[in-house]
Amino acid sequence: MALQRNDAPPDHQETAITASDPAPTTGGNPSAGTATPAVELRGITKRFPGVVANHDINLTVRTGTVHALMGENGAGKSTLMKILYGMQKPDEGTIAINGEQCEFNTPGDAIARGIGMVHQHFMLADNLTVLENVVLGGEHLYGIGAKAKQKIKEISDQYGLGVRPDALVEDLGVADRQRVEILKVLYRGAKILILDEPTAVLVPQEVDALFDNLRELKSEGVTVIFISHKLHEVLSVADAISVIRRGTTVGDADPERVTARQLAELMVGAELPSPESRESTVTADEMLRVDGLRIAKTDAEGIERVVLDDISLRIHKGEVLGIAGVEGNGQAELVEAIMGMLPLDAGSVSLDGKNLSGSLTRARREAGIGYIPEDRHRHGLLLEAPLWENRILGHVTERPNSKGVLLDPAAARKDTQRIVEEYDVRTPGIEVTAASLSGGNQQKLIIGREMSHEPKLLIAAHPTRGVDVGAQAQIWEHIRVAQRAGLAVLLISADLDELIGLSDTIKVIYRGRLVADADPETVTAEDLGTAMTGAASGHIESEPEALAQAQALAAEGTEAAPSDTPTDTADDQQAGE
Amino acid sequence: MTSPKPAPAEAPAKSGLAQRFSGEKIVLALAAPVLAVVLSVVICSLLLATSGKNPFDAWNVMITYGTKSDGQVAIINRSTTYYLAAAAAAFGFRMNLFNIGVEGQYKLAALFAAFVGSQVDLPAIIQIPLLLVTAMLVGGMWAAVAGLLKVYRGVSEVISTIMLNSIATAVVGLLLVPGIFAPEKGTTSNAIQTTPISESSRFFSIDTDGGPLWGFVVIAILVGVAFQFTLNRTRFGFDLRATGRSETAATASGVNVKRMVVTSMVVSGALAGLIGLPELMQNSFYFGQSFQAGLGFLGISVALLGRNSPIGMVFAALLFAFLDATGSQLPLPQNGEFPFEIVDVMKGTIVICVVVAYELVRRYGLKRQQQKVGAELAAQAAAAAAQKKEVSA
Repeated sequence: MALQRNDAPPDHQETAITASDPAPTTGGNPSAGTATPAVELRGITKRFPGVVANHDINLTVRTGTVHALMGENGAGKSTLMKILYGMQKPDEGTIAINGEQCEFNTPGDAIARGIGMVHQHFMLADNLTVLENVVLGGEHLYGIGAKAKQKIKEISDQYGLGVRPDALVEDLGVADRQRVEILKVLYRGAKILILDEPTAVLVPQEVDALFDNLRELKSEGVTVIFISHKLHEVLSVADAISVIRRGTTVGDADPERVTARQLAELMVGAELPSPESRESTVTADEMLRVDGLRIAKTDAEGIERVVLDDISLRIHKGEVLGIAGVEGNGQAELVEAIMGMLPLDAGSVSLDGKNLSGSLTRARREAGIGYIPEDRHRHGLLLEAPLWENRILGHVTERPNSKGVLLDPAAARKDTQRIVEEYDVRTPGIEVTAASLSGGNQQKLIIGREMSHEPKLLIAAHPTRGVDVGAQAQIWEHIRVAQRAGLAVLLISADLDELIGLSDTIKVIYRGRLVADADPETVTAEDLGTAMTGAASGHIESEPEALAQAQALAAEGTEAAPSDTPTDTADDQQAGE
Repeated sequence: MTSPKPAPAEAPAKSGLAQRFSGEKIVLALAAPVLAVVLSVVICSLLLATSGKNPFDAWNVMITYGTKSDGQVAIINRSTTYYLAAAAAAFGFRMNLFNIGVEGQYKLAALFAAFVGSQVDLPAIIQIPLLLVTAMLVGGMWAAVAGLLKVYRGVSEVISTIMLNSIATAVVGLLLVPGIFAPEKGTTSNAIQTTPISESSRFFSIDTDGGPLWGFVVIAILVGVAFQFTLNRTRFGFDLRATGRSETAATASGVNVKRMVVTSMVVSGALAGLIGLPELMQNSFYFGQSFQAGLGFLGISVALLGRNSPIGMVFAALLFAFLDATGSQLPLPQNGEFPFEIVDVMKGTIVICVVVAYELVRRYGLKRQQQKVGAELAAQAAAAAAQKKEVSA
């Protein structure tokens, strides 16, 4: 037995978390009842071809609060916010703003209702001044001259944004640009602010400054909807939390009483693989050896930024090495460096004793690296090509796809049919385009393809992201089976429980460096989360009590036999809650 | 939301062949060009009518000439050239590389081929391949400049090839002077041109009732076959198509995109080198200032209309050749002095309409397939659920 999951909602969070209630009278928040909520979404459902992005979502946001919307990537947060901002129309459900039912056809309608959105990727013209950027498209409000400048200063002072209207945007740093974006929205009269992962691009000090701004906004009566998947940030700034998982709201939490672990569990659900119910398959044979990897990139402001610094790691046959880290700390670059897609500034990569540092991507793939990319649409599939051509992608030089320099479409088709059957890819045929499959089935096709060439090393970047529950368990099982057969796996995931459940060793990446390592048997998601923020380094071990508790929770959820609690004394390095 | 299809479960397991060549796919593929041609005929008819001419008379003149044997030979000869031009452009397009420089590449190639042909006189069996190779080499090298600039300096190939077109014109002007590529003592006329190519450089032609049919049509057919085979049956072709569909996915899959860019640019240029040869080796036998211009841009239009597919481009080349060949009859006094420009208007409207129509059809097809897949899977799931219920009941 390897992976177990439980479809029933977890029942051990009695006080802090309430399940989302579709009935409008009770709402999701304990103290909501009195005032009219700023935003009330009821039964929002949005289907895209092949996938339901949002399913019966209910969300109540009180006026003058910071309301965090949490969920993994692909959980449906962005779709929901696009609906609220009028960029998408829901197939079902209602939107009420300040108690009034409304229907948004364009973002213009939403703006007219006082909703503003700050996108994750800034939409500013670099060569214009702050003033020009702010008035752009809003010229009818306060003109483009002194009056507009006056208004900008007024808003800036009112909310403590510290924006200088005459500065050129290209001279501003990321945090300042973000404040300009916020000001732009406020300038247009927004009273409800949607911030899409605002902290993704900020360093910790900037995050704190942003949170001060948000508190300021809140005290002036502005409602903020804050999208994030970072547990600690949400806990520190939010007044209320709603969690979305796999397209539906799974619960509301009170940040005063909920713990990071409970939130994490809500986000990923109770389908955690049980960590201690398997035997180690790790061998002594070294498969991947990475030494002193260093990559520096020049960013938009011309400053050299070191994205990977002195990374060294080993993966043995039959071992799963998990990399934990907040997104954007160098995981993507590490994968691309091992795949040969990024040039190295220093360091070496070797597979099974063969130095691959100078090899091209194709040679590395031929040498036995299988790759499940983070973004399957950009890196894993030809969306408009039929499935059998996608089966060839990445392995065009290998059988059965080709003989010599010629393709062998007949054999490739036959093998695609085999993958479709063996990996349970739900499709009417192999001639349909990859775009017409759902995310989970696309992923299963990719995994089937990569596993079909007997890889020595599998790089799995977020292998279950945006994948439905059933497919998730199947994907985990495929990885486990291959691992038992001696496959080395580099697992990168934002889902800490997936990491703890699948990995034999975990390393934490922070700002391009491997700062800490942990044994999944003796670490909790909470402590791992702490290390991911850079607050802990070295070897992390959790307190036995916390670990026992976490494992008990996991066991409760999966009905696994209770495990032995590790007896070693924890040298407690974690900053904790 | 569309209403559920009444009987999606009727034929759940179609044979592979039926899946590949379903009637709907063919209809979708043909819908766009047919619509575009019809629409442009309507637009041009309206234009002719407003200018006081009877559009039906004009179409009649064109169709009458097109059904005569001399007209047909003229159409095929023209389409040979057009097809080569289209193939050159399409090869780049298939990997999202916009070789606008076909124009400059073929002019330069034809000039060098003409020069070599006039200087060397070997037996035809060596001479003709020599000219072909010369033209392809020159075209390929000229295109390689744009490819290398893109790979090493990030210069958009659109910009660089447009500029290289101007440079090519200047280079032709520089080389085509007496003493360099043109003979020192001019011929009787004032025009500057290369010495005619040797007898052995002349490509064979087939005599028909309608005049000589250029043997170069064989080369065009070979190019088409090789094009199709390379793209669909070789690893290189797969890499090329993958890069065209998604550069990021191709990179991750191990395609060396930089090398692909240079290679396909060179191949595109080499094909472009062939464009001027039918004229040079079958008709005029020299390269002069009046050498046919504009074929490169025409090739881009033909490639667009033919959807960059070797078969589609045959029809597109024939259509454009038909318009040009028969259009030349329009201004003749006995035919009613129609403006020749109407043909250009027609070609333009066809291209614009077809670009829009293809995109609409593509999106429609993709959406429709997604819905169909969804419906079929839902039907499967429903069937499975029903079975379960029966079992449990």
